[in-house]
Amino acid sequence: MVNLSKNSLDRRSVVKEILIGYKDLLVISGLGSSSYDVHASGDSDTYFYLWGAMGGAAMMGLGLSLAQPNRDVVVITGDGEQLMGLGSLATIGVLKPKNLSIVVLDNGHFGETGMQVSHTGLGVNLAEIAKASGFEKVSEIKTNDAVGGISRQIKERNGPFFALVKITSESPDRSLPILDGIELKNRFRKTLGYPTC
Amino acid sequence: MNDWLQKGLNMVKVVTTRFCWEQELFDVFKKNNIKQIPYLPDAGHSKIIEMVHNDELFKPIVLTTEEEGVAVVCGAWLGGDRSILLMQSSGVGNCINMLSLVSNCSFPFVTIITMRGEFGEFNSWQVPMSSAVRGTLELMGVQVHRVEKTEDVAPTVDAALYSAYSSNQRIAVLLSQKLIGRKEW
Repeated sequence: MVNLSKNSLDRRSVVKEILIGYKDLLVISGLGSSSYDVHASGDSDTYFYLWGAMGGAAMMGLGLSLAQPNRDVVVITGDGEQLMGLGSLATIGVLKPKNLSIVVLDNGHFGETGMQVSHTGLGVNLAEIAKASGFEKVSEIKTNDAVGGISRQIKERNGPFFALVKITSESPDRSLPILDGIELKNRFRKTLGYPTC
Repeated sequence: MNDWLQKGLNMVKVVTTRFCWEQELFDVFKKNNIKQIPYLPDAGHSKIIEMVHNDELFKPIVLTTEEEGVAVVCGAWLGGDRSILLMQSSGVGNCINMLSLVSNCSFPFVTIITMRGEFGEFNSWQVPMSSAVRGTLELMGVQVHRVEKTEDVAPTVDAALYSAYSSNQRIAVLLSQKLIGRKEW
């Protein structure tokens, strides 16, 4: 697939750089390529991959971050998934959980459904919306040098933190995580020391 | 006794003798160790929303749309928190696809829904979604318990929370418009 966007960052490398070497991180990934990116970086029991529920990733992250205030929680999702849950940025902005980070991989397209141009490809800026919604820290990441700053912000826990990562619209091979939602839920809770019910 | 004093005493009597189902419900939240309370406001929920905002045990979460609350409940449970979602009947339609998260992963889920559009409703725009609430929820795999009397609110929610958190069930408790009271215009 040719790169239809003007962005230069590779989605897999960016996600790998954020996640590698941070095993305890609690991660929610939005459906589609973001889930494949997280899985491709190496699976973990504290990764919860969404295969549906479009627009819900950031809100799952919010519930998780409020339940686990002493852990870092990161939502990794795409521009299309976040666009469906725009209001959730306002909901997070008023509650301001310090331990929640939202990383949006923005290729300006609906990648899973035929690469139609999305709103962000037509000029909508999610970082500005996050800023106006009350996120404490907002970064627009356009170069490889800036990618390392994402992990630093996550660990500083001065959030909520929002990173808009400008990735190319190339689609790497799918890396498929567990599809069984009950198994995903149970392994996540077990790792945190909770029973299945 | 003069008229104004009698009138005042009568008002006090009305206030003190009114059965406070919200207080009972609040106690049920505490007893069941509920922590997160995502909500979209409704006149019928206004007192309980105020109560949870005034108690540090709870984490109230004001939403922009109801499906956000469905996802919050699931994220909270991943992290060990119990929650309950408050909304009015029109919000059920906004939740439909997000309920696939709840059923697909078998998350425990309880919501309390105040009904509009069914008893002395002035605004006909409330009626179509209100009429479809039970069907919508049941089609998406959520059990429905309907409450008509104030004294049944707390026991019904208590039972719903018990079922949900003992064996990952999904339950909606509907509070009828007659129970909440007609909205005065």
